[in-house]
Amino acid sequence: MLELRDVTAGYVRKAPVFRGVSLTVRPGQAVGLLGPSGCGKSTLARVAALLHHPDAGTLVVDGTPVRRWRHRAPRAQRTAFGVVFQQARLSADPRLTLTDLIAEPLRATGRREGVGGRVAELAATVGLTSDLLGRRPHEVSDGQLQRACLARALVLRPRWLVCDEMTAMLDASTTAALVRVVEDYRAETGAGLLAVGHDRVLLDRWCDRTVEWHTLTGTPTDTPIGTPTGP
Amino acid sequence: MTERAPVLSVRGLSVRFLMPGGRRVAAVSDAHFDVAPGECLALIGESGCGKSVLASALLGLLPGNARTAGAALLGDLDLLAADERTFARTVRGRLVGLVPQSPAAHLTPVRTIRSQLEETVAELTGVRGRAALRRAAEAAAERAAFPVDHLDHHPHELSGGLAQRAATAMALVGDAPLLLADEPTTGLDRDLVDRTVDELRRHVDNQAGDRSRALLMITHDLAAAERIADRIAVMYAGRIVELADAADFFGAPGPRHPYSRGLLDALPDRAFTPIPGLPPELGALPDGCAFAARCDRATDACAAPPPLTAAVACHHPHAALTEAADRA
Repeated sequence: MLELRDVTAGYVRKAPVFRGVSLTVRPGQAVGLLGPSGCGKSTLARVAALLHHPDAGTLVVDGTPVRRWRHRAPRAQRTAFGVVFQQARLSADPRLTLTDLIAEPLRATGRREGVGGRVAELAATVGLTSDLLGRRPHEVSDGQLQRACLARALVLRPRWLVCDEMTAMLDASTTAALVRVVEDYRAETGAGLLAVGHDRVLLDRWCDRTVEWHTLTGTPTDTPIGTPTGP
Repeated sequence: MTERAPVLSVRGLSVRFLMPGGRRVAAVSDAHFDVAPGECLALIGESGCGKSVLASALLGLLPGNARTAGAALLGDLDLLAADERTFARTVRGRLVGLVPQSPAAHLTPVRTIRSQLEETVAELTGVRGRAALRRAAEAAAERAAFPVDHLDHHPHELSGGLAQRAATAMALVGDAPLLLADEPTTGLDRDLVDRTVDELRRHVDNQAGDRSRALLMITHDLAAAERIADRIAVMYAGRIVELADAADFFGAPGPRHPYSRGLLDALPDRAFTPIPGLPPELGALPDGCAFAARCDRATDACAAPPPLTAAVACHHPHAALTEAADRA
């Protein structure tokens, strides 16, 4: 389970972006989080992926409460998450070739052996050809770079995937291709997914359950019981 | 569409980039299309297919290593033959208004919207004098539904939607007959996309005096294109592979080129199936049909480049009325 309970988070102590948000993703479940831009859904996703320390509230990952975030989080917890961001250009080190980009989490966790095989296998999964793997980010298109970023997120075989507007910059065909890669991976491994976005049609098609941001932030008594949020 | 002369008439436009080592990148190849007054043409295709290069060519913003061929006629003026002086003095803002891809990056970050809008008004219109400029800038802001009380804000203080309106306000100041919107909705959420494109459409429908505007919208957002376009041009690997009426394209009988079909089938409210493979590199295009490697209808005929006949460049297009043909 990935459980966010009463989380308050933001960037300025006295003015949090949101207060008291709770959200649960069961193992193997795909939850879509839908909201307008600027509502704080990306911040919530960053808290869930251990990338942003909340001001208050608890995060429980597979039964273990999280006490430390970012680089202070224990490695076993950190590597349970694969994250894909909206802007591939901003989330890829411009100095690395796509091969090194995909292999970086393996190197960072001391798993150098078998890097070549794992990168080749993932490149095939996300649809990158071998001539692209030797290039750096500025030599490939947005869609190709996002394919590499997805491969990087999968390289440690995470139990949880957090996709923050993964496809907002991509064309329809690349969107469908990357969603299929995520779903194939989840079918194979039983990983859970938190997909953040603003495209209701996409999230409804992709996820088991779509949650609207405003239903999370409203106080529980204001939310009518039985409000449909998906199956 | 209409019997009136087109606002923009693109004839055989090609753009080649000369790269180090004598390589050539064929970014745009032999594009033909017209945009009529009061019409919105959406140019769709995936990133890296040459859409934005085409826009840059129309604005004289290509880098120095680009070589163009063909013609792009805006009235009597051939944009491909125009020099920088002509672009600066008569084209940009006056004949072609650009609605940019990323308004936050397009606006000057260290100046207020008011100061930038007043400068644009002073540059493009005859308005002179501080009070008159102030009034004209406020009128220009209102035309693009930009709230006047936000005029003294800097770009970073605006939301994505307001920044888009500020940029649109500047594009409209010169009453240009052609509006060119290059990915105006990238990164905006769905409500904002709908509002932005509806506003663009309104500026096409609201005729400026006796002249009516035309809109060329470059986008990879098919939903945005469906919402406002009259006609669709599909670009793949630097070529326009299909030109179609928007209603036919998105409704029945549907697109005729297999690539266009694939794009629509990839939408989450349709089959949600990706097109297999990746588009070819523009620097190493195949001799024949560039889509053949990904196409389930490909045959030996696809080793030769397909001509654009009957508005579709394919050896095996889907029939305009498939079911009727089957029954016959």
